[in-house]
Amino acid sequence: MSKPFIEIEGLKKHFDIGNHQILKAVDDISFSIGKGETLGLVGESGCGKSTAGRTIIRLYEPTAGSIKIDGTDVTKVSKSQFKAYRSQMQMVFQDPYASLNPRMTILDIIGEALDIHGLAKSKAERKRRVEELLEIVGLNGEHASRYPHEFSGGQRQRIGITRALAVQPQFMILDEPISALDVSIQAQIINLLIDLQKKMGLTYLFVAHDLSMVKYMSDRVAVMYLGKIVELAKSEDLYANPQHPYTKALLSAIPVPDPDFEAGKERIVLKGDLPSPVNPPSGCPFRTRCPAATERCAAEAPMLRETRPGHIAACHYA
Amino acid sequence: MNNDTNRGSIRPEQFQKIDRSNYVFERIERKRLTAWQDIRYRLVSNKLAMTGFYIMCVVLLFAIFAPMISPHDHFTNDLPNANQAPSWQHLFGTDDLGRDMFERTWKGAQISLFVGFAAALIDLIIGIIYGGIMGYYGGKVDEAMNRFAEIIYAIPHLLVTILLLVVMEPSLTTIIVAMSITGWINMAWIVRGQIMQLKNQEYALASKALGAGAMRIIFRHLIPNAMGPILVTLTLTVPSAIFTEAFLSFLGLGVQSPVASWGTMINDGVKSMTLYPWRLMFPALFLSLMMFAFNVFGDGLRDAFDPKLKK
Repeated sequence: MSKPFIEIEGLKKHFDIGNHQILKAVDDISFSIGKGETLGLVGESGCGKSTAGRTIIRLYEPTAGSIKIDGTDVTKVSKSQFKAYRSQMQMVFQDPYASLNPRMTILDIIGEALDIHGLAKSKAERKRRVEELLEIVGLNGEHASRYPHEFSGGQRQRIGITRALAVQPQFMILDEPISALDVSIQAQIINLLIDLQKKMGLTYLFVAHDLSMVKYMSDRVAVMYLGKIVELAKSEDLYANPQHPYTKALLSAIPVPDPDFEAGKERIVLKGDLPSPVNPPSGCPFRTRCPAATERCAAEAPMLRETRPGHIAACHYA
Repeated sequence: MNNDTNRGSIRPEQFQKIDRSNYVFERIERKRLTAWQDIRYRLVSNKLAMTGFYIMCVVLLFAIFAPMISPHDHFTNDLPNANQAPSWQHLFGTDDLGRDMFERTWKGAQISLFVGFAAALIDLIIGIIYGGIMGYYGGKVDEAMNRFAEIIYAIPHLLVTILLLVVMEPSLTTIIVAMSITGWINMAWIVRGQIMQLKNQEYALASKALGAGAMRIIFRHLIPNAMGPILVTLTLTVPSAIFTEAFLSFLGLGVQSPVASWGTMINDGVKSMTLYPWRLMFPALFLSLMMFAFNVFGDGLRDAFDPKLKK
């Protein structure tokens, strides 16, 4: 692994939901991403993966922890300095129908990024730059004067990517960028993202719940459960040798396009629902649904430890 | 029976190719419209709302042009011709000082409409700024600003207005100021609710992630998307302001003679209602018509903005 470009250390995001209750959406997660690398972040709905992404880009203020970009802790820099870091990291959102302002033209949506960071000196330059950017993602530059509702879902997502690219970021958080798209369009967007990564040397944090897409896209994968990372490993290693029982259950749910294999496959079906992050279980957060849970799991929270070379998991029995 | 033997009895020559080149798989009948075109379409097809709209237009045109064309003026006394019934000379008759009622009705309309629109505009500006900040920041800021608004709202509206009119010189400006002191709160609450709903939309978050400041997000992204409810509130504010002005003028706290407004004219007319009914009838008729027109138009606009009522 190359020298880490992004280092997240002990990141926490707690929401005060009143009545002296605290929702621990992200609870002490740490990881690092090397330059040009893609880290996949997977987990079921409500496990805190989107909140983690939004906290890293500081749409939410972190409760604790540090976020380092290229060695600088952005949680400690002043507001005015932080603007410069804004242009280093950007985000692509989940819903291409909600992420573009319906009352603005594409020119203004993308142009806004240029305006905020003073990247275009004149109106003509702004327009030219927007058209160039649109062409990079495979859209027609002449479409800049149109409104978002005139585009399809896939095209809108390309516009969302263009907006993020406009400030020339080095790190992009992809918050389930394909989950709202048709299967046929998903591949186009994924390939576009991979192309852009190669061309511009981008670093990605790929948040998703589609495990097969994550495998295709990521160098390393982190699995989240109830606000915590329970397993982190190189992509092939994680899929071939899952250590944590939760990861095993997740992987067993991936459908395989082979009826014979599928018929003989043993699926691990988890019982119960995701516990409330307001009242997480004692000890290991997964113990209430784990098929292999023992008394030790209720008493003692497992720490992340290296169970194989370069493969960490948080389970007493991994 | 085994599938294979069954398949063996059908030969490829027995298949025939069906021409589907002209077949339309799927057709969307509904025309593709922008949000505003859609709203306009629904508004235009609402007959009651359009009636209101036309009444508003006609009254507005008369208010602007009738005083220019009319041979009379609204303040010159003509005592020999006092209290004349409607005639070709004086379409709406004359009042107790012989002033032409037709002329005065439209002059009064100018004042009433001016007060209505001015008060609505002030409500709009204060309401958008106050409500926008309240809704966007939320938390303690919202709490504090909301308490302040509630305190003002809790004081009886008319009491504030009357007290202010006593302290200040009764004039058009005073009336507008007095109405605006409490009037903006409703607008601010509408805006606040809208902003709270919209601020977590992904386009607002995307703008924030780009580094946009609060003012940019509120005024460039959120307010334009909240324009529907704001416009509706606005069309319902205008008649209530007109009505408040008429009411204050009726109490003698409004605009002062010889300047006329519908309220002062109704006040004058009531005194001689049994003898000279036209002096009450005409201003009261137009005031009611205008109330009706604004309210049905506002209702129509609200329906047009509600996509759930899409037909």
